[in-house]
Amino acid sequence: MSIHNHPKKAKEFVSNDERMHWHDKALWFVREKRDKASKSIPEWEKLREYAQQIKTHTMANLDKYLLEFEENATKRGIKVHFAKDAKEHNEIVYNILKEHQVKKVVKSKSMLTEECHLNPFLEKKGIEVVDTDLGERIVQFRKEPPSHIVLPAIHLKKEDVAKTFHKELGTDENNSDPTYLTRAAREHLRGKFLEADAGITGVNFAIANTGGVVVCTNEGNADMGSSLPKLHIACMGIEKIIPRLQDLSIFTRLLARSATGQPITTYTSHYHGAIENGEMHIVIVDNNRANFLSSNKYKKALNCIRCGACMNTCPVYRRSGGHSYDYVIPGPIGSSLATFRDPKLHKTLSFACSLCGSCSNVCPVKIDLDSQLYNHRQDLYEKNIISTKKRVVMKLSVWVLNSPILFSILGKITRKIVPLIPKKIIYNRFNIWGKQRDIPNMPTKSFKELYKEGSIDVK
Amino acid sequence: MKIGLFIPCFMNELYPKSCIATLKLLKSLNLDVEYPEEQTCCGQPMANAGCAKDIKTLAYKFVSTFSKYDYIVAPSGSCVTMVKEHYKDFFHEDDEEYNKTKTSIYEICEFLHDIMKITKLDVKFPYKVGLHNSCHGHRALKLGTASELNIPYNNKLRNLLNLVEGIEIVDLKREDECCGFGGTFCVTQEDVSVAMGKDRINDHLDSYAQFITGADMSCLMHLEGIINRDKSPLKVVHITEILAGEVQ
Repeated sequence: MSIHNHPKKAKEFVSNDERMHWHDKALWFVREKRDKASKSIPEWEKLREYAQQIKTHTMANLDKYLLEFEENATKRGIKVHFAKDAKEHNEIVYNILKEHQVKKVVKSKSMLTEECHLNPFLEKKGIEVVDTDLGERIVQFRKEPPSHIVLPAIHLKKEDVAKTFHKELGTDENNSDPTYLTRAAREHLRGKFLEADAGITGVNFAIANTGGVVVCTNEGNADMGSSLPKLHIACMGIEKIIPRLQDLSIFTRLLARSATGQPITTYTSHYHGAIENGEMHIVIVDNNRANFLSSNKYKKALNCIRCGACMNTCPVYRRSGGHSYDYVIPGPIGSSLATFRDPKLHKTLSFACSLCGSCSNVCPVKIDLDSQLYNHRQDLYEKNIISTKKRVVMKLSVWVLNSPILFSILGKITRKIVPLIPKKIIYNRFNIWGKQRDIPNMPTKSFKELYKEGSIDVK
Repeated sequence: MKIGLFIPCFMNELYPKSCIATLKLLKSLNLDVEYPEEQTCCGQPMANAGCAKDIKTLAYKFVSTFSKYDYIVAPSGSCVTMVKEHYKDFFHEDDEEYNKTKTSIYEICEFLHDIMKITKLDVKFPYKVGLHNSCHGHRALKLGTASELNIPYNNKLRNLLNLVEGIEIVDLKREDECCGFGGTFCVTQEDVSVAMGKDRINDHLDSYAQFITGADMSCLMHLEGIINRDKSPLKVVHITEILAGEVQ
């Protein structure tokens, strides 16, 4: 696989100025809604602190809580499976489906199954998989990955959806009225729910002391998918565990407010066993997560509750779009997760950030995102992954800066020469700064020169 | 009380006016200020580019140059953040010199606001001004309350500007959005960087600002570069120049 290139993909997205601004404004609107919702709760910062503490404690005792969860879930008749990686996860899911002779599956949004590439795996085996979250269904029709973890089709306008639905569902190509399109999708999905032999859902929280899982949706599609078919498979990463039912209240108060500015998701569904005459399975996946636990610099990334707030606030994400990250989870948290997993493949992601720090402040579980991205950059250097050109330029700069005299001389020369050079030569193709920006005017003397001369009148 | 004036490398070379304003502000408070001539750069551009290892020598040089002062004051929130936050990897946690440097370094507005606690400035600036809250100063040094947090609002830069006679600070739609400079980010991600800068400028234009000011010249340099290229009707000025009464 060739190395992913965020700047290149970002350039493509930014070049469509109208769409880029539309995207930026749509997400900023969500961020503002989040601000209002979070500021309506006086104890907001305390909640973030509690959430951070619960998650950190759970991750430090993960083996204990996973076993407690397994024991309690099993008591409820739920079949619990553990998978070490994506391949094992997909095989477990397939084997359950095969055993029940499943031909059609309805799926409720799950970033984990995206991460494991479950859909193409099952489709190859002849099983129809229908994503039932509206945004997910839209991108599935278009054979695109989601571009945001909460708003998977945020990169598309309603006119794009009208075209897609016209092609797939036979709706009027020129009618992009959201109600009209939603009705068409609902009718289409209703049929899929009724036909399905099994429902696959993600998991937002798995509660160790009850052995149940909680799924948050706004469309109720997880409930439809898990209660119409007799077979329900819930797929989760190991980090979804929380110790006790009472801990859940902290997270449900933070999750929806951070994600969309809603006080709570429309549906917060608790699953503590199969429906009557049905069967419920939970597949718990590691897929390289345990490695985070041994890394002091990056372990907090596992605390993420997938609200997407860091994406909505990130000024780079808003302007470069989710697809520019080339990873299942985009934005600041995705950049850290991806770089930790495969630094070489994702080497541009920790630099897809101006280190503004807004993500760390917005994060409901206080993940130190900007510090992680700063640290990733240093690690890439250690691992010899950053370019030789950059390495040489930086070493040379330090060499110059180590000598105050040399630095002053170079500064003086630059200030003298630059004003004499014709603009055409200054603004050459290697001057990236100068493509869309003027260079600063050169003063005759530096501060140091003026200070040494004693010519600064401080009166 | 002896103050060591720390002037960021590029400001020394390109923006002597803002450096002079900084010196004047400190001198106007009858402080004993010295500019150590052996200083160069804190190493931030290299560290942000991933080459923190290379700047160890610069960090040592910085600490040996500045640890003798009671306070170190600089007209740049991001350079101060570099010393405060990122030098710790190079020093032992008990290193007295570094710990002294780390705790005595201040961004100029922070110093005027928190240490000198100034309540009066005898200067005028009868213009509409937009305040650009640069990220490092704003969020890392907490010069102002980040809009993401649910804590009581405060903004040290705004408080200081409010001491200036005739000034009108305009309200921006996005109070603390990043301008897109971000060190080497402005070159490695030129397209997003410029898009961010343009949006930042438009927010000021939409609010009828005549000037953009802020406490980080690097952000202002990036914004000024776009303003001059696009011939926007906005002027850029470092906050020290307004506070020192250096611009009319």
